[in-house]
Amino acid sequence: MNMKAQDVTRRTLLDVQDLHTVFEKDGNEVHAVNQVSFDVKEGEILAIVGESGSGKSITAMSLLRLIPSPPGRIVGGRVLFNGEDLLDLDDEKIRRLRGRDIAMIFQEPMTSLNPSLRIGRQLAEPLRVHGSVPKEKVRERCLELLRQVRLGDPEKRLDAYPHELSGGMRQRVMIAMGLACLPKLLIADEPTTALDVTVQAQILELLRDLVRAHNSSMMLITHDLGVVARYADRINVMYAGRIVERGTAEEIFHHPKHPYTLGLMESMPRLDQAPGSRLTPIPGQPPDLSDPPPGCPFHPRCRFAEARCRSERPPLEQITDNHWKACWVDTDAKR
Amino acid sequence: MNASVEPAAVTATPVRPAKRRKTLPKPVAFLARLCRERPLGAVGALICLLLLFTGIFADLIAPQGYNAINPIDRLKPPSAEYWFGTDQLGRDIFARVVHGARLSVIVAFAATTLSIVISALLGILSGYFGGRLDMFIQRLVDGWMCFPDLILLIVAVAVLGPGTWQIIVILGLLFGIAGSRIVRGAVLSAKQNVYVHAAQSMGASSTRILWHHILPNVMAPLIVLYTTRLAAVILAESGLSFLGLGIPPPSPSWGGMLSLDGRSYMFQAPWLAIIPGIALTVVVFGINMFGDALRDMLDPRMRGGSGRYMARVKRAIGV
Repeated sequence: MNMKAQDVTRRTLLDVQDLHTVFEKDGNEVHAVNQVSFDVKEGEILAIVGESGSGKSITAMSLLRLIPSPPGRIVGGRVLFNGEDLLDLDDEKIRRLRGRDIAMIFQEPMTSLNPSLRIGRQLAEPLRVHGSVPKEKVRERCLELLRQVRLGDPEKRLDAYPHELSGGMRQRVMIAMGLACLPKLLIADEPTTALDVTVQAQILELLRDLVRAHNSSMMLITHDLGVVARYADRINVMYAGRIVERGTAEEIFHHPKHPYTLGLMESMPRLDQAPGSRLTPIPGQPPDLSDPPPGCPFHPRCRFAEARCRSERPPLEQITDNHWKACWVDTDAKR
Repeated sequence: MNASVEPAAVTATPVRPAKRRKTLPKPVAFLARLCRERPLGAVGALICLLLLFTGIFADLIAPQGYNAINPIDRLKPPSAEYWFGTDQLGRDIFARVVHGARLSVIVAFAATTLSIVISALLGILSGYFGGRLDMFIQRLVDGWMCFPDLILLIVAVAVLGPGTWQIIVILGLLFGIAGSRIVRGAVLSAKQNVYVHAAQSMGASSTRILWHHILPNVMAPLIVLYTTRLAAVILAESGLSFLGLGIPPPSPSWGGMLSLDGRSYMFQAPWLAIIPGIALTVVVFGINMFGDALRDMLDPRMRGGSGRYMARVKRAIGV
């Protein structure tokens, strides 16, 4: 925790404004990402939290314009990276930026590596694509990367096929690939979902240390609040394609305001809970995004819902210096 | 377990790092594995080699040529002088079968290579780029596949006339277009792989993704396609020649030998039909066995050999 950056006046690296991505499904438009705005500061670890289908991954994919199209389409918004709008770049320019300035680590280490290519060749791919290292140095750089991600016996691993590595080892290779070109922003999409709990902690610590060491920023996409609490500086909570609460990790954890965040906290086991007491799940299902409920998208599942929640959608409003929420209800008073 | 898991070369010298730890050169190790894990495949490989060898050195094996007529020795049964007997014109069947092997090799490899190139090109274009191009190509393929193969063959032969290169082009097109579906399917599923998205997110271009991530995935089906097509082309060529649509006499096509000479003298001289029949059967069987073995061994997802895997499974469930 002591490593966390408290400095809020740092330069903004990525500024996402009103990002809006829709998918066409049977003639319906599904608003997977709806008017999402957030920013990532230099050297910061920003978490995006939400349950499956909340639009976290689509948000990340939209940043790099990796939405499969059709059926997906980015219909609005701006993605300013170092002041340049990524949505305006031509295909060749965005391709050159992918992996070099913004890299992504995917959520499934078991399938993110090509089974028919040796590790060395795959690890070299970003280096070769961007020509960041002269050809004769590629192998050397790959070894260095594998050492950085603390993969034992790197010489041997370079000649191995993915199936010869364990899940944790593969994820280390993926991280090495992500970091190969020293990107300014690393997007880690559920980097530990498929791994054992013990390996999870190792991988996340490794990611954090490497990001800090290179003075890069990281967007950590996860549904695991425990992960977020330990590693993130700031948190965005997403629900049904929108950001519903934002703040520093301490704020969100110690003073959650949005009923959805509260629900997430209550559905998580805690050490200070009375033994034998039950977890409180959030009732119901996330809404169908092709036909979202009117008003606040969370109101059908919300125990605080009022008449206004059913008709008017609350905007994301700042409530303290480092805390925003999109909710009409004063949850503190009602609890 | 296998060679790739043994400890790495003890210390890598900084000047020239150890690149491979394999003790045997790759092709030798592969052949050793083939014999160990797929004995039937090894037999198939042997038959294929024999066919190739016969095809290439036909002139040395049977120097008298396939068309040397000897009216005195007509319809002789197999003997020390004529190993496989002679036909109604007194031609040595052994020489004709050997030269027929050359013809089969030429037609089979040329037509299959052509068909695989067509399949790969159409399938990859259609599957990877998708959209309207896919729609267009697939409708053309649909249209082509509406016609029974035989009708297309007869029409094509009628237009182009009989002959070796005509047969190669026609069979290449026929199998190539039908096979493009299989390649397209493989490309479509390969495209869904997370590592293709990962490569995109790293900034890899379409060409690079096609070459490094899609093609290796399509290789296994392509190889299977190649070997099964090899056998199918040999059969199809024989079939066409049998019907008189293939390579015209006096060329020693196995199919032609079965048909013209074989059928007419079936009862007086059965070896006329039996010998080329056996040659066809053995060759097709050999190619198929070799193809199956290759598929199982070349697919990295099946590394370690499915035979060994099955043995492990059987042991685990106590069979």
